[in-house]
Amino acid sequence: MPKDEYTSRDFKVVGTRPIRPDGIEKVTGKARYGADISAPGMLWGAILRSPHAHARIKGIDTSKARAMKGVKAVITRADFTHQPEDSGMADILDNCMAGDKARYDGHAVAAVAATSKSIARAALAAIEVDYEVLPHVTDVDEAMKTGAPVVEPGRQQESVPEGYCENVTGRSQYGHGDPESGFEQADLIVERSFKTAATHQGYIEPHACLATLDSDGQGDLWVCTQGHYMVRNVCAGVLGLDAGQLRVTASEIGGGFGGKTHVWMEPTALMLARKSGKPVKLVLSRDEVFRATGPTASSSVDVKIGMTSEGKITGATATYRLQAGAYPGGIAFLSAMCGFAPYDLENVRTEGFEVMTNRPKAAAYRAPGAPMGAYPVESVIDELCQKLDLDPLETRLKNAAREGTRSSYGPTYPAIGLEATLEAAKSHPHWSAPLGENQGRGVACGFWFNFGGDTCVSLMVNPDGTVSLSEGNPDIGGSRASMTMMAAEELGVPLDQVRTIIADTASLGQNEVTDGSRVTFAVGLATIKAARHAIEIMKERAAMTWGIDPEAVDWRDGAAHPAGPNAGKFPPMTIKEIAAIASNTGGPIAGHHEVNAEGAGVSFATHMVDTEVDPETGAVKVLRYTVFQDAGKAVHPDYVEGQFQGGAAQGIGWAINEEYIYGDDGRLQNAGFLDYRIPVASDLPMIEPVILEIPNPGHPYGVRGVGETSIVPPLAAIANSVSRAAGVRLTSLPMSPPRVLAALKAQ
Amino acid sequence: MSRIHVTTTINGDETEYLCEAGETLLDVLRDHLDMTGSKEGCGTGDCGACSVVVDGRLVCSCLMLAAEAEGRAVDTIEGMAQGNQLHPLQQKFLEHAALQCGICTPGILVAAKNLLERNPNPSEEEVRYWLAGNLCRCTGYDKIIRAVMDTAADLRGAA
Amino acid sequence: MVAVRLWGSLAELADGQQTVEIKAANLRQLLDGLARDYPALKPQLERGVSVSIDGKIYNDTWATPIEEDSEVVLLNRLVGG
Repeated sequence: MPKDEYTSRDFKVVGTRPIRPDGIEKVTGKARYGADISAPGMLWGAILRSPHAHARIKGIDTSKARAMKGVKAVITRADFTHQPEDSGMADILDNCMAGDKARYDGHAVAAVAATSKSIARAALAAIEVDYEVLPHVTDVDEAMKTGAPVVEPGRQQESVPEGYCENVTGRSQYGHGDPESGFEQADLIVERSFKTAATHQGYIEPHACLATLDSDGQGDLWVCTQGHYMVRNVCAGVLGLDAGQLRVTASEIGGGFGGKTHVWMEPTALMLARKSGKPVKLVLSRDEVFRATGPTASSSVDVKIGMTSEGKITGATATYRLQAGAYPGGIAFLSAMCGFAPYDLENVRTEGFEVMTNRPKAAAYRAPGAPMGAYPVESVIDELCQKLDLDPLETRLKNAAREGTRSSYGPTYPAIGLEATLEAAKSHPHWSAPLGENQGRGVACGFWFNFGGDTCVSLMVNPDGTVSLSEGNPDIGGSRASMTMMAAEELGVPLDQVRTIIADTASLGQNEVTDGSRVTFAVGLATIKAARHAIEIMKERAAMTWGIDPEAVDWRDGAAHPAGPNAGKFPPMTIKEIAAIASNTGGPIAGHHEVNAEGAGVSFATHMVDTEVDPETGAVKVLRYTVFQDAGKAVHPDYVEGQFQGGAAQGIGWAINEEYIYGDDGRLQNAGFLDYRIPVASDLPMIEPVILEIPNPGHPYGVRGVGETSIVPPLAAIANSVSRAAGVRLTSLPMSPPRVLAALKAQ
Repeated sequence: MSRIHVTTTINGDETEYLCEAGETLLDVLRDHLDMTGSKEGCGTGDCGACSVVVDGRLVCSCLMLAAEAEGRAVDTIEGMAQGNQLHPLQQKFLEHAALQCGICTPGILVAAKNLLERNPNPSEEEVRYWLAGNLCRCTGYDKIIRAVMDTAADLRGAA
Repeated sequence: MVAVRLWGSLAELADGQQTVEIKAANLRQLLDGLARDYPALKPQLERGVSVSIDGKIYNDTWATPIEEDSEVVLLNRLVGG
């Protein structure tokens, strides 16, 4: 069996709940996030943004701003003289700083650097932009209509058949069998249309960075991001710099959820730094975060499912139309892949359309596309169960995908954990607890792909035998803790003998961003292998000291041991003893591992929720919430639970409160936390996490990514719960009080 | 631009600073005094990441002008631990894993400490409503609420 | 030869074939073979694809071996949050 495959073992460190190593600095306010660092002689940057949803920029007069005291640089698109060849890079540049037109309310059109924040703000007010306002479109269904204002012509992919509006840039189709014949075998068919609003990742830390860039092309960037290597590569590509000359250091990161897997303003900070010759700090306001950093897509979906009276799904189709914002791209294909992925279906077909609108470029948000993929499907399954008087968990079990099932997106599943989550849900006391008046219980399943990707880890054995571990992925929710634990486990040393840091881009090779639930899986894998590499070296050093063959040395409990009686009688050499003589036995000892960790393996969850609907106001109260998810192996169960709880809470917000509201003028009307209301402590109950551990065969410890799947089921679980409580099927998110009340009244 | 001279007390230390008339207390703490433990999540008093206590009252420092701190006593996250000794709330937040990214943590700790000084025996509902002005996007609040309740119980036991 | 399943909108570009046969022993040969035999797929191949081989998803690693009887499914290039 290859060494990177799972082998059963008794863990000493993995699976325990130690205090995280970066804890004290984070509870004392010492941890340094994006906006928490300054440099001598530093300037403050600020960005001017379009008030129009769609407008040609006829001219920009910066002369008054440039003449102001304390203003050291003013830039517009004209300063970005490097034109990237790659269309993706060109789009990022255009999104960072508008070219010939502003494509959405909040699109950057100019920027300044000044000696104080107040001067920078005053300078923005002195910049005069001559706009020619153009017709705009912000709704996905409107944007698909023939004759809709076109955000940018000429961007349609070959996948889109003739006859579609140019705003439709991409199309994908998945499935197998013949849904039409499947529907003929059904006893009941339900066909419905759904809408979900755009929601923002809502990280509490606005984007922030501190940039220097000198005339020799050397630069440094301190930035809050999910991937500083990505930031380096993109900034270099956009500005025409050599990546090796730009060193990017990741600050602590105050949440990301996918929103910090993109570049929104870092090239602007670098350009201001180059033009002014000074370090420039650029911190976005919350208003800017909402208006100009990508929310996830809004969606419009048609679903049709046929079922026998015994609960077997005979045919299923779904069409997903996702609003991608002002640039090509999008995630409808992921909705189309994920929607039916939990089920074993003979006849299924899904279709996804990527649609441009005059909104900020849609960004990844925790399992991108999957929540709006699952919500309509799980809603219709629930409605079928209600109408056929079937148990929703039993019905899902009856149709559940398992090992050998051909998935709705194509591949045949290896061993998967969906049934285990459904069985756990069925036997949990939550399922049989009584419900009161106006209360309902909803369940839903969710699926997500997990990723691996490019990963580098270095593990240094210091002269005193302690261990320094360098990894390249920002610690967004406890990953230093889990890497430290895996290194300690593999080396057989106490946890406090290992310290993990997040290295800058000059210190390790390329690392994929912290996304796709990849870090515990992929960086963990690389950490374990880097430890094994160091162990091999230490075994050689012990063998050399003993004068025996390295093959005759074992490693256990943090020490080299002679492998057996034939190897010779030597007392064990501990890591400290081996480290102490490293200079005498060949030099410093370090292990490392570089890998593109492919084949991560998929993830499933089942959620169960009770809600109460107030018939007077339409307000929805979440009463009880339980998450059942397969974690493979929970390295630090507290932080696995935290991922389950946090994803559920974000899903609750998406289901009940959160939405981007655009006026007829195409402007965002609720660009702040007062009017874009994310769940607060008094909105939520305790969220019970049930961790299932079905080892991932592709990881030495059986670890499976857990970060994203938890946001997939909540939209439907809550919609099903509310629909049962209210006695009417809700088909539009968020289920805000006015919407729920209108549905109640329409009964 | 003329500046305003302010004398105030921060975490027990007398402190003087010059501020612009439009600068907030948060601006001065972060940009002039290098006390970056208080965070700016919104600048509009909606997220609570900048929570400090002024003369015993919990406030969003982004909503208070720096000039208004004249003659007052301001307590920030930097004053919460006594030297190397963490406040019990800080310790419980670590033990309960009540933080993921940690950006909201200073504000929540300041707010929770203020709650326990007013109400040593809060119900879960009282904790949830008191902290309703402190947004956390990572945790779903579950472990935060548990950490605060557990701290309250310990402090009552010790009293 | 390896049987490669295409997703719906790709199949339209491959003369409507849901499954195409490519001579390939690894991922690189598979992707090169697809581009050679079905030039209409090139734009999507250049934008990026993920490939499921016997239920495991690969994005990049050219040397990933593919057996004659492997189940190979082409997928849109996956992204995460």
